[in-house]
Amino acid sequence: MSRSLVSITDYSKDEYLNIIEIAKGFELQPVQEVLKGKVVATLFFEPSTRTRLSFESAVLRAGGEILGFSDSSTSSSTKGETLNDTILTVSNYCDLIVMRHPLEGAAKFASEISSVPIINAGDGANQHPSQTLLDMYSILKTQGTLDNLAIVFVGDMKYGRTVHSLVMAMSHFSPRFFFVSPVELKLPDEYKLYLDNRNIPYIETTDLGMAIREADIVYMTRVQRERFADPIEYERTKNAYILKLSMLSSTKATMKIMHPLPRVNEISRCVDSSEKAYYFEQTKNGVFVRQAIISNLLGLK
Amino acid sequence: MGFKDEKTLKVSAIKNGTVIDHIPSNCLFKVISLLGLDKVEFPITFGSNLDSRKLGSKAIIKISDVFFEDSDINKIALIAPHVKLSIIKDYNVVEKKVVKVPEEVVGLAKCFNPHCISNHEDITTRFNVLTANGEIELKCKYCEKITDQEHMILL
Repeated sequence: MSRSLVSITDYSKDEYLNIIEIAKGFELQPVQEVLKGKVVATLFFEPSTRTRLSFESAVLRAGGEILGFSDSSTSSSTKGETLNDTILTVSNYCDLIVMRHPLEGAAKFASEISSVPIINAGDGANQHPSQTLLDMYSILKTQGTLDNLAIVFVGDMKYGRTVHSLVMAMSHFSPRFFFVSPVELKLPDEYKLYLDNRNIPYIETTDLGMAIREADIVYMTRVQRERFADPIEYERTKNAYILKLSMLSSTKATMKIMHPLPRVNEISRCVDSSEKAYYFEQTKNGVFVRQAIISNLLGLK
Repeated sequence: MGFKDEKTLKVSAIKNGTVIDHIPSNCLFKVISLLGLDKVEFPITFGSNLDSRKLGSKAIIKISDVFFEDSDINKIALIAPHVKLSIIKDYNVVEKKVVKVPEEVVGLAKCFNPHCISNHEDITTRFNVLTANGEIELKCKYCEKITDQEHMILL
């Protein structure tokens, strides 16, 4: 069975650092035909334009070819084909499979039956490890280190899988965490227990203004209306988690704002012009990191 | 007549075989089906809703001429971790055993997460066994979600 990247916990601290190191090489020298002659399949059983384009850009810019589908309505799963059969078939057509699937554990199952490596590009609410690695790359690039940073997460701590994965990955680097969220969307106990067991300090608060003063990184996420049982509660709290330009004056000069995107209204548009806004450059880093993951899994780097 | 004697009268003694005691009453039929005792042809006797100082209400199964493999018997640790086994030879208890919770549970339980791939494709379920506050929990190797005792459905 070939090596796959399914869950952020598949990689050790050294492996995170190795991927980051390879990604640096791609950023310094973007024209590298390391994937020449390789075919990568992008199987998106659930649409995700941003993630799919990022992976496809990574492959094309490294000289590889892509095939796949962007929506399960154009795949044979609408004819009732099982995931098992799709993977066994497609793995004969390509050197590596990037997949997104609405069901949790789908990528893990695919990795058990596939003859080629699988990269999980999202399985339901479970894992999306390439996002975590690109977040780490962005943190390192902007702060010069991954160690001893104050990271403020804002928005949906309960369902935000990017938050959960980044919290676990960054726990290797002695961080301090702040979790700013409405009471309904607090961080689940299992992650707090994980931090407690590792003696990592964290503060939970509903006060965004207070938390961001100490931040090296402010990691914004979307607060979705459908997460609230009570729509009135949503209306009451939604504005408390919007980042505005005026709030940045009291923050550190080196602070950077990140966001996994897409953004709705949680970062005011006027913030975009600030030097602290980093979310669009973050997407650019995603291409380098995905090139690094793919070439590493194929044993080319 | 003492408490102990009363119990032995309720489920008669066996000459050779295995006695499974301290089964919570509400788990009796699950234990029977987990061990495949609903499909065998040799003599089995059992009693349920018996008084127990430890459990309040317990069940007991006596199976003649059968001695289980540890791997089989450990399956029941998932639903009845405090079960005690006595191996009987010639009406005497020759060995006592407790069940051990396995580290991994394969193909025995269902993941409670409706969005888990294992509930949609033909997949043998696989779990890592965790213990939290003395209770057994199953962490799905696919979706990584935890199924607790309350939501555990055996296959």
